[in-house]
Amino acid sequence: MDNRVRDDEAVSLRKQKEALPLYVTRIKVYPRAVAGQWRRIKWAVLVLLLGIYYLVPWIRWDRGPDAPNQAILIDLDGRRGWFFDTVIWPQEVYFVTGLLILAAFGLFLATSLFGRVWCGFTCPQTVWTDLFMWVERLIEGDRNERMRMDRQPMSVAKAARKTLKHAAWLVIAAATGGAWVFYYVDAPSTLVKILRGEASAEVYAFVGLFTATTYVLAGWAREQVCTYMCPWPRFQAAMLDEQSLIVTYQKWRGEKRGKHKAGDDWEGRGDCVDCNLCVAVCPTGIDIRDGQQIECIGCSLCVDACTQTMDKVGRPRGLIRWDTLANQQVKERTKGGQRAPWRPVRPRTVLYAGLLLVVSAIFLTAFVLRTTAELTVQRDRSPNFVRLSNGDIRNAYTVKILNKQRQEHRYRLSVSGLPQATLGVVGAGTEGGEAELAVHPDTVGTFRVFVTVPASAAPSGTRPIAFGIRDAESETRAAHDAVFVGPAR
Amino acid sequence: MPTKIEKDTLSGRDTTGHEWDGVKELNTPLPTWWVYTFYATIVFAAVYCFLYPSWPWLNGHLEGSLGYSSRVELTQALEAQAKSRAVYVDRIRATPLAQIAKEPELLNFAMAGGRSAFQTNCMQCHGAGGAGSPGFPNLVDDDWIWGGSLDQIYTTIRYGIRNADDKSRQSMMPRFGVDGALTGAQVAAVTDYVLSLSGKAKATPEGAKIYQEQCVACHGAEGKGNQELGAPNLADGLWLYGGDRDSVYRSIFYARNGSMPAWNGRLDEATLKMLAIYVHALGGGR
Repeated sequence: MDNRVRDDEAVSLRKQKEALPLYVTRIKVYPRAVAGQWRRIKWAVLVLLLGIYYLVPWIRWDRGPDAPNQAILIDLDGRRGWFFDTVIWPQEVYFVTGLLILAAFGLFLATSLFGRVWCGFTCPQTVWTDLFMWVERLIEGDRNERMRMDRQPMSVAKAARKTLKHAAWLVIAAATGGAWVFYYVDAPSTLVKILRGEASAEVYAFVGLFTATTYVLAGWAREQVCTYMCPWPRFQAAMLDEQSLIVTYQKWRGEKRGKHKAGDDWEGRGDCVDCNLCVAVCPTGIDIRDGQQIECIGCSLCVDACTQTMDKVGRPRGLIRWDTLANQQVKERTKGGQRAPWRPVRPRTVLYAGLLLVVSAIFLTAFVLRTTAELTVQRDRSPNFVRLSNGDIRNAYTVKILNKQRQEHRYRLSVSGLPQATLGVVGAGTEGGEAELAVHPDTVGTFRVFVTVPASAAPSGTRPIAFGIRDAESETRAAHDAVFVGPAR
Repeated sequence: MPTKIEKDTLSGRDTTGHEWDGVKELNTPLPTWWVYTFYATIVFAAVYCFLYPSWPWLNGHLEGSLGYSSRVELTQALEAQAKSRAVYVDRIRATPLAQIAKEPELLNFAMAGGRSAFQTNCMQCHGAGGAGSPGFPNLVDDDWIWGGSLDQIYTTIRYGIRNADDKSRQSMMPRFGVDGALTGAQVAAVTDYVLSLSGKAKATPEGAKIYQEQCVACHGAEGKGNQELGAPNLADGLWLYGGDRDSVYRSIFYARNGSMPAWNGRLDEATLKMLAIYVHALGGGR
């Protein structure tokens, strides 16, 4: 059996598939290691993002007794989101929605400027796959060694290396699943519980789920996720245009490609020496020289590979480089004589940036203006109104006061918009038309409230009114609109 | 019947031998993972049948080796729920009604428990919000027939009105017309008088005279009623059986005498208390 594997014989998946019958199962990709500027950036991003992911649940934040001391904790049991000194109630989940909207517009803007920079550098699928590939190389060796080993029949050495690799992957995957759970429960105590076998079934189920997905997606599925599972490549093309910076092969300079021996003339031929290193390093198994392809995640490793080769053969760098398609066209037409400058300011980037700013402003304003107390009012609709024995008309309301602070507050409830109206609260007295209502720390107080007007002052049909609360000590205020219904006349 | 099995050159698979107008069917086996998943479900079903109640028998069913029963599970769930509520329920049982209303924590629990019991037992007659309907008193207004204090409401719920319970509230409005005490014209006259108390008709001297003779004992000289006797207030413009002339006439001619069941024995002590608190807080409580 011929066991030689050479980088310059690397063939893109597309070409391999074209040569095969209609139906083919997956062709395994063996990406080769490559060093260079982009690889360094990718490592830096990887360390940064994984560091954030694994370490953030361990940041402690003292909030006093009776409150979790985890800086970031999404407490589903207690229905609170703890983010340092900010506490988010379920009613305020729109702040999370806001973050998601901002993330979406951020992604659109980044894509229209820099192509699939999210896919290539920051997507969890890319980051964890990179990490898993690094482990794989450490244990099984680089591309050629792995290909050789996979072609060999099973042996003790091969089994040992494979087992070691999968064990290492599973450890990383378990750490990933564990870290996920720590965002929802107290990290240190839960870790102890997990290790002692005392954690709840939910904790084990979620650790198991995210261990399994990490292991399968980063270890086995890899580029299949990007090519077949992920919806983003399908519609990110809508954000790209000819002015977006993407990874390109400079065809005008590279063609006509061909092998080159030291000392050969460069006249009448392109700079591409057909070393196929760009194909060998590609994590999705494509040939960037075929032009734009849906599989390309913009990871830039082929840029590093080509830089290596160009340096070796003594030609200028940048045969594969970040460039715009518009610039490509101009250079193609003028054989490199002219250039089209990059135009980052375009209608679409202005639109995305504008939307980003508008949404940020809206949510920042909402966040700054959020109160420590909230008021909601629900009117009884059965019956709509009650006629009392002296002829007065009364409506009943369920009033809820959210005290988001961690000390008890006494709120003064008042009603406006209806002359001669009197206020009554079950279980509380009124004074000067206002009722003083005590609400325990960090809870919702529920009160049954009556508004009564004399028959002569009762509206015919519906009249808008407003309830308001005011905290004498903290000057906190909140209001809620409601209606008062009287008999139709 | 398959006739000729060939090897397909493009896919490398065999055909089934079926052919329709030159179109041949490939024999593509089910994916292995699918087949094994299917086998796994069969094994699962067998194990399940052994562990849990499954096959019907002539005299019952296969019980299953785990001894599981959804009925037992329900009982346990109800017990667990009762246990989790016991803290509050016990306190409510031990605390006087007036005191419950003063403790916000107990009041909140009693309101929720009372609301739930009301929706199950009371709303059929009194309406979801307690607004009542003709013949079934409105519990939201401040007009009470048997009294609107916490204790009076509690007694009414516990023993009911005009039922077989010894302690139920008892009183009877005579059937003035049916029993021949008053003629139709006299009933009409007193009807006008009763309506005049809330300014809805003009009274005649005859009606006033009959009222003084027949009605004052229970409904009072000014028609304000008497909660001791369950005699409604006739002067406040709020009517249990309708305030139009015809309805009032019928109330006098035929009498009404509505009843309410005793809830003592059907509901436990704590639930009765919570119901009293809830009804009191609906709006009319004194």
